[in-house]
Amino acid sequence: MKELFPAKQVWGFVFSLILTLAALTVYFFNMSKAMGMTIFILTAFIQAAVQLVVFMHARETDDSKSIFMTLYCAIFLAIITVVGTILCMIWGWTY
Amino acid sequence: MGFFTRFLIPNPSPVIYTSMVAIGITILLIVFGLTHFKKWFYLWSGWLTTVDHKRIGIMYLIAALLMLFRGGVDAVMMRAQLAIPDNKLLDSQHYNEIFSTHGVVMILFMAMPYIMALMNFVVPLQIGARDVAFPRLNAISFWLFFMGAMLFNISFVIGGSPDAGWSSYFPLAGNEFSPHVGTNYYMIAIQIAGIGTLMTGINFMTTILKMRAPGMKLMRMPMFTWASLVTSVIIIFAFPVLTVALIMGTMDRLFATKFFAMTDGGMDMLWANLFWVWGHPEVYILILPAFGLFSEIIPTFSRRNLYGYRSMVASMVFISIYSFFVWTHHFFTMGQAAYVNSIFSITTMVIAIPTGIKIFNWLFTMWRGRIRFTVPMLYSIGFIPLFTIGGVTGVMLAMSAADYQYHNTMFLVAHFHNVIIPGVVFAVLGAATYYWPKMFGFMLNERLGKWAFWFLTIGFCLAFFPMYITGLDGQARRIYTYSESTGFGPWNMVTFIGTVLMAISFFLIVYTVYYSIRHAPKDVGDDPWDARSLEWATHNPVPEYNFAIIPQVSSREAFWDAKYKGHELFKGDYEKIHMPNNSGGPFIMSCIFFVFGFALVFSIWFLAIMGLIGIFVCMALRSFEIDHGRYISVEEIKETEAKYGGVNK
Repeated sequence: MKELFPAKQVWGFVFSLILTLAALTVYFFNMSKAMGMTIFILTAFIQAAVQLVVFMHARETDDSKSIFMTLYCAIFLAIITVVGTILCMIWGWTY
Repeated sequence: MGFFTRFLIPNPSPVIYTSMVAIGITILLIVFGLTHFKKWFYLWSGWLTTVDHKRIGIMYLIAALLMLFRGGVDAVMMRAQLAIPDNKLLDSQHYNEIFSTHGVVMILFMAMPYIMALMNFVVPLQIGARDVAFPRLNAISFWLFFMGAMLFNISFVIGGSPDAGWSSYFPLAGNEFSPHVGTNYYMIAIQIAGIGTLMTGINFMTTILKMRAPGMKLMRMPMFTWASLVTSVIIIFAFPVLTVALIMGTMDRLFATKFFAMTDGGMDMLWANLFWVWGHPEVYILILPAFGLFSEIIPTFSRRNLYGYRSMVASMVFISIYSFFVWTHHFFTMGQAAYVNSIFSITTMVIAIPTGIKIFNWLFTMWRGRIRFTVPMLYSIGFIPLFTIGGVTGVMLAMSAADYQYHNTMFLVAHFHNVIIPGVVFAVLGAATYYWPKMFGFMLNERLGKWAFWFLTIGFCLAFFPMYITGLDGQARRIYTYSESTGFGPWNMVTFIGTVLMAISFFLIVYTVYYSIRHAPKDVGDDPWDARSLEWATHNPVPEYNFAIIPQVSSREAFWDAKYKGHELFKGDYEKIHMPNNSGGPFIMSCIFFVFGFALVFSIWFLAIMGLIGIFVCMALRSFEIDHGRYISVEEIKETEAKYGGVNK
């Protein structure tokens, strides 16, 4: 019976609901912008990780190494793009 | 009448009316020809529904040649207008439209499909596979590209062409400054073609990672396959940015959103930023496969193995990641602080290092080689010095302080043509000649090919070197006229002469194809160039299933070692071969995409919604379709192989 019960998926589902609720607090409670953004960014990344590992089975096949390589590469490039954009459009903007 | 007035072009001229008539007559002739020679069924079953990577590659090649003609006509008209001061050949609106479409057509609808043609044709053969990983997706990629290109190309006879430059910067490209539908065409046609390109990236990454012949480890792959893998990775990471930027731009123009507006919290410069986040990797998407092609041609005609294989791979991987770090150098003058520009100056200069490594590797490959001056090799040898000049001027442009002088001048125009023409165009022309016997079973005429090469090279030098001079003297790009007192006149006349030489070279290339079809011998053998990699181990032209027996690879230059070191490539006996079925789905869905895009351009909402439903219906039908493919029996294989004179053992 224990083998048949998808405990991992159930916990993943519960956890992703909790993360959604945590993100919702930003809307319902009065908090600083920095605080709100921190909660958003943290919950978003954890949420993405939960979805990938639990529901998209990223760790369950032989090629999981290449899946994660691609993933890290994508995250790295996304960060470079976002930081670079903020760098020239906001932080370094002189007009 | 109100409904139809939107289809009128805003700035009609006799040239455009003539083109309309010419297009109409051409379509009539094609329809008549197909009917008269009873070729409709052949066209449908042989080409429109095909999922064969070789045929799709050939269709890309034909489309690219057509677009080369279209973009080339634009170029000749532009340079004719600039040939003498205060010329009245074109008005400013017409000139704006021509340089905008020239850029888009040449980059996205000429260079990209040319690269895709060679990737499609060569990569599965080089890795010893029978097709790409997702054959039907491949067909969708091609037809989406084709429909996007056609949608873009009808703009100049229906509704008017985009006129905000190939980079289409907002706010100029917004509704306020570009009121007619041209920029809608830009946004939607590139979107449709871009979806196709993204799918190609996914397809080839999977193919190369998953479908290599037994024994072909990553570090045994031919250099063009490596280049295609790296390119696919860049496509997958760069194209989504373009997709998003184009959607935002489309929303701004069609639904009055304010992403790139100057008011209401919009950021007008964000478009430039997003465009180049995609745009800079895009130039590496073009140049890396070109590098790969040179790396195939140069060892073959030097009779030496490629010098520095590992450093070639490493520098390509480095370039692929690094190409995402440099985009701000396209807008140094936009208004960010000096320290930001300095960061991107340095990253830009650093990217010259791996490129330099590759240049030296090609030189060392030729060093003490026995060089044969065939047409593909001429293009490769011409590429090295000319591309290096382009690279050096690139480093000049990378210095952000100096860039304030060069920015938006003819110097910049000369620079990027100086890397793209010797880099990409020489590569695809050389490689098309190199792979021609593989595609069609006969060789292109060498003598005519050499004439075309010299016309192109001399024309190129005459056309673009004067632009460096006028650019430094302050001739701005995208300006349709200049006064005689500037002194640009004689240089621009030289440029025009160069342009004419390049146009002659195009017609020579087309004539070479025609001449060779008529006169070239049809039995050139399977290995006419004495080549080194696996694609030459099968027959010319390639049978449907590529390899009768899947090759066993045990070294880096599998075919060379099979020829001269006695490695055995094909072990075992024939077995039945599993092949994918043809399908009309990709073509039909892409036609619906075309209608959908056209409806969006002109805001015909009813038709757009119908189109969207049609697209989803196609996808749903595909999801529930059961198609296990088909088998080619051993008897059929034996028959085919006997016709070619047996498998090459």
